[in-house]
Amino acid sequence: MLQRIRTAPPRYWLVVVAILFFAGWPTVISSFQAGQWALALILAIAIMGLNILVGYSGQLSLGHGAFMAFGAYASAILAHRYKMDYLATIPIAGLLTGMVGFLFGVPALRLSALYLALATFALAVVMPSLIKRPFGLTGGVQGISLPPVVVPQFAKDGFTMLTGSAMTSDQWVYYVTFAYALVLFWLAWNLVRHRAGRAMRAIRDGEVAAAASGINIAGYKTLAFGISALYAGIAGSLLGLATGYISPDTFPVSLSIQLLVGAVVGGLASIPGPLLGGIFAYFLPIESNQWVPTQTWIPSQIVATVVKAGPAVTYGVVLILLMIFAPNGIVGLANAGYTRLRRRLRGAADRESGHMPPDPQTV
Amino acid sequence: MQAFLQQVVSGIASGGIFASLALALVLIYNAMGLVNFAQGEMAMLATFIAFTLIDHGISYWIAFPVTLVVAFAGGILVQRIVIRPVERAPILTLVIVTLGLATLVNGVAGFIFGYVPRSFPSPFSVQTVNLLGAFVSYRDLGVIGVSAVVLLLIYLLLQRTTIGLTMRAAAHHPEASRLLGVHVSWMLALGWGLASAVGAVSGIMVAPILLLEPNMMQTIIIYAFAAAVLGGIESPLGAVIGGLIVGVTVNLAGAYLPFVGGDLQLAVALAIIIAVLVIKPNGLFGRPSVRRV
Repeated sequence: MLQRIRTAPPRYWLVVVAILFFAGWPTVISSFQAGQWALALILAIAIMGLNILVGYSGQLSLGHGAFMAFGAYASAILAHRYKMDYLATIPIAGLLTGMVGFLFGVPALRLSALYLALATFALAVVMPSLIKRPFGLTGGVQGISLPPVVVPQFAKDGFTMLTGSAMTSDQWVYYVTFAYALVLFWLAWNLVRHRAGRAMRAIRDGEVAAAASGINIAGYKTLAFGISALYAGIAGSLLGLATGYISPDTFPVSLSIQLLVGAVVGGLASIPGPLLGGIFAYFLPIESNQWVPTQTWIPSQIVATVVKAGPAVTYGVVLILLMIFAPNGIVGLANAGYTRLRRRLRGAADRESGHMPPDPQTV
Repeated sequence: MQAFLQQVVSGIASGGIFASLALALVLIYNAMGLVNFAQGEMAMLATFIAFTLIDHGISYWIAFPVTLVVAFAGGILVQRIVIRPVERAPILTLVIVTLGLATLVNGVAGFIFGYVPRSFPSPFSVQTVNLLGAFVSYRDLGVIGVSAVVLLLIYLLLQRTTIGLTMRAAAHHPEASRLLGVHVSWMLALGWGLASAVGAVSGIMVAPILLLEPNMMQTIIIYAFAAAVLGGIESPLGAVIGGLIVGVTVNLAGAYLPFVGGDLQLAVALAIIIAVLVIKPNGLFGRPSVRRV
């Protein structure tokens, strides 16, 4: 055991540090900020789903906001009309959305990456008006208000014991989201390193070669779609829990683009990427909205415009620049930096001890 | 019957607008195998330029060609600055770049011109004329006429001129064309410029009908996607016919299917896209693609 801990690669320590950080963070920040971080984690979960689809299986979806909408409405309708406990509806919403995603993946099989992008983008644009139509079920434009979140007694007691203050509903939502994020990221981590994940990556890198190696292309592609939609559905359902109200305008096209930005910024085909991407994609517009009105040199008439257009401009610039200069996102940059640092350090040590550094070409 | 005819004619008018934008998509698809998600937003920005010119007292018929020239130059500029660095990247990267471009252009337009919808002038009056029993507005006729002229010009350019031949050659066989002395990369830039100008026409035509604001083209681009996919995404003629079919279908569905009504017309476009892709992925005029592995 001790041996294993001592020889664990540094990334395991990073995981431990990250988990401790996210577990303890709400006790440091205010309740309102905990609510914000909950939303960032929700985005991270949806981005993880998108990452499984885009990063690992090589299918492009520009419509994951639509799957989030489906999950959110599934939960809201179950809780609002059938009086189910909202927490119990979250996994159901996830599974339902996963099934829808699986079904959507079947026609998607016949589409090339480009056509799939087209169809999912159209889905994201159409989704709000599709939601408005079944008025009796979804409440139309007015949306659905959800019952207020009740913090259970055990959580209240535990939180008071640890911090000495009462737990707010925002903090409770944060911990629910954190628990889901933990489980879902752990599942993704296992998925991509085992049989299914290897098969998906093989399909991404060479479909014909993968088929020749006996991989069931259709099966794994639709599976990736289903799992990806499941993540988005759970994220949407959690979004309903966190905001207490959902309407068609909660899920505009820009949400899907926000998810894509997060996936690209964090780094496609990586596990920590979606977490970083979610935090970035959530806090960028929030922070810029707070920062811009404090700047006195911007005339007050155009502050509103800057607040509204700023995130779009930044998202666009970030997407283009990252794709040109760092297609593997933050994680890719960090990995490259770490590799160079290690090589440099090893080179220094080798010079001191008189060893020749290994030729990078032959190692 | 008369009401039906009227719906068909106004469907053809919106179809002409979709056809122009779809043609812009096809031009870029043919040049580099990419659907440009920013096409609608680029057209929207060009329309804002036309609006600014007209707002400063310049006549419509001068502002129109000036805008097309600016859009043409803008398209070339975009290809040189944004697309060229990722020209050889996987399709996934390219799509994300054009999506980033769409977001960026949308934000820039909002930044400069704000989000207040503005009315855009049309040189054609909304008075109607009796045409074979259907009352058709001059504006619809004007839209149909302008779209037809633009499409004809593009056809002549591509099929009847040396530069069109060079462009098609560069798109189909980049290596062979390069050996024959064609500047392939500049031909791609030319394609982007041309597409940008054609898209601008659709923006200027649609602006008097919808109101001009940064999100104006967000629905039009979906119709254009449907048109391009229906026509077979590589065929200019297909884009035009696809645009007309989509325009008429959407209009008739909105008028005669109570379930669709005004607000689910966009869903009809989505249904067309998915149906075509699933049933006949090459569209009406596309050739089946064969890939050597």
